[in-house]
Amino acid sequence: MLSGAELNEIEKELRAYSDRKMGCIGALKIVQRHRGWITDEALRDLAGYLEMTPDELDSVATFYPLVFRRQVGRHVILVCDSVSCYNVGYEELLWHLMKRLAIGLGQTTADGRFTLLPAACLGVCESAPAIMIDADVHGGLEPPEKVDQILNSYE
Amino acid sequence: MIKYLLGNIDNPNAAEIEEYEKAGGYRALTKALSMEPEDVIGEVRKSGLRGRGGAGFPTGMKWMFAANDPKFPKYVICNADEGEPGTFKDRHILEKNPHVLIEGMAIAVHALKAERGYIYLRGEYPEAEKSLQKAINDAYRKGYLGFPLHIHRGAGAYICGEETALIESLEGKRGQPRLKPPFPVNAGFFGGPTVINNVETLANLPFIMASGADSYLKIGSPECPGNKLFPVSGHVERPGVFELPMGTTLREIIYEHAGGIKNGRALKAVIPGGISAPVLPPDKIDCPMDFVSVQKYGSMLGSGAVMVFAEGTCLVKVAWRALKFFEHESCGKCTPCREGTGWLRSILERIENGQGREGDIELMEDVAGNIAGNTFCPLGDGAASVALNFIRHFRSEFEDHIGTDCRKMAVL
Ligand SMILES: Cc1cc2nc3c(=O)[nH]c(=O)nc-3n(C[C@H](O)[C@H](O)[C@H](O)COP(=O)(O)O)c2cc1C
Repeated sequence: MLSGAELNEIEKELRAYSDRKMGCIGALKIVQRHRGWITDEALRDLAGYLEMTPDELDSVATFYPLVFRRQVGRHVILVCDSVSCYNVGYEELLWHLMKRLAIGLGQTTADGRFTLLPAACLGVCESAPAIMIDADVHGGLEPPEKVDQILNSYE
Repeated sequence: MIKYLLGNIDNPNAAEIEEYEKAGGYRALTKALSMEPEDVIGEVRKSGLRGRGGAGFPTGMKWMFAANDPKFPKYVICNADEGEPGTFKDRHILEKNPHVLIEGMAIAVHALKAERGYIYLRGEYPEAEKSLQKAINDAYRKGYLGFPLHIHRGAGAYICGEETALIESLEGKRGQPRLKPPFPVNAGFFGGPTVINNVETLANLPFIMASGADSYLKIGSPECPGNKLFPVSGHVERPGVFELPMGTTLREIIYEHAGGIKNGRALKAVIPGGISAPVLPPDKIDCPMDFVSVQKYGSMLGSGAVMVFAEGTCLVKVAWRALKFFEHESCGKCTPCREGTGWLRSILERIENGQGREGDIELMEDVAGNIAGNTFCPLGDGAASVALNFIRHFRSEFEDHIGTDCRKMAVL
């Protein structure tokens, strides 16, 4: 069942739209903010609420990389892998993150703290190489050890 | 030199409505509102403004098509999906000077007699969202906006920057492109006449309306007037966004504004308009950066994003990463793009890994040739021409690479 808090936020989101379905990406993100990811159950409940079929909503949910249909850690690290970042230290940064967290791209640390995912381009190429943790962008991560301090601030 | 897009951003409070007003902000809107919508469109047509989203389509003409369609309601949508790798210019407007965009949208809504406006903002820009939402609230509070204006957030799909995919996504569907025609100006958002313009395009309108088309035509190059934002990244001393007149040469952008190549290295290659624009060798950097000239030099202005590669960069690897991007972002709707981008990526990957085969270059040319012109939307064409142009300008590097492994590291 969707929680009262989730429903409140979703209703607010839908107010801007003439059609309930238009709010579906926003609604998925609201549920995700509350639960970390979109479970099958949440998907079914939300679909009903938006007057969509679960398949229809899932076709949307699975299309967008920032909607998670699998469990992720408490914090999601998006590593920008655009050519601009690759050019100035992406590989060293990714290598360092993988060693430090002992996971590869697409995986979650054993303690459920971090999930490491690739991102096409975060649009901060002037401070490449860059990552985004949750809603925070961190750039200029050269040498890669600069990321260590940053990781410490995400419990 | 006049800077009207990001001229004020050294002021830390530039995003505040009061600062914007102090600098003359919202006077262009007041002027536009006192004019007939047709006359506003006339002024924009006369200005010669061309869309900054990549294709350089004349904005006044696009508006005229939508205005001439008898159907109502009409819509104005701002494309703030900025997903083209190497591009970060719209973000600077959204975060640091959001009112120039909002004023531009209000002018467009008036000119088109539109019912409402949407700003389709990519999901990776939470800072921009905050700044933009505050600016919208302030513009309402001050009474500048007489129509609903809403931010719609995307969720990480590059293809949603393509205008018909954007409309699908806005309607709450998978972001897959629609068949054109009909074009959005006739049948766009929920079938209504819809004008979709890039952030930077709309941000040109306040200057055009305030100073007039004649003043605007004095800036930039004759066929492409106005200023352009050039985001520069890669191996340069000072990466960043530079507001310069259209037609500024690539050389000036790289060596004067971005401070030259990092650590005094030599230039090896440059991509002049975001990852979808064909690469250029160093002997082409006297190219004036406008839509017409860059095409003559064998590439495209695209988003104006300049990506610089110094001597020593492995271009096979760059091409491989570029194709990896296209493969990942292909929406899967049409076969040549879905299969072809992956095929090109896999050939490049084996060449990069030292497992290239005799005939691989010819195979890539064949595959790319079968993608080009056969895809539903320009994403596939972009991927094909990126691959073909890396080969065209740097063929010997690809040939040398077949059978040799130049990787420095064993990641991925
Ligand atoms: C694959 C693809 C991605 C695109 N991404 C963007 C984008 O992120 N932002 C943008 O303004 N235009 C993008 N475009 C161009 C839009 O389709 C459209 O031409 C543009 O928004 C029109 O605005 P303009 O006339 O102001 O340039 C993209 C096009 C394609 C084919």
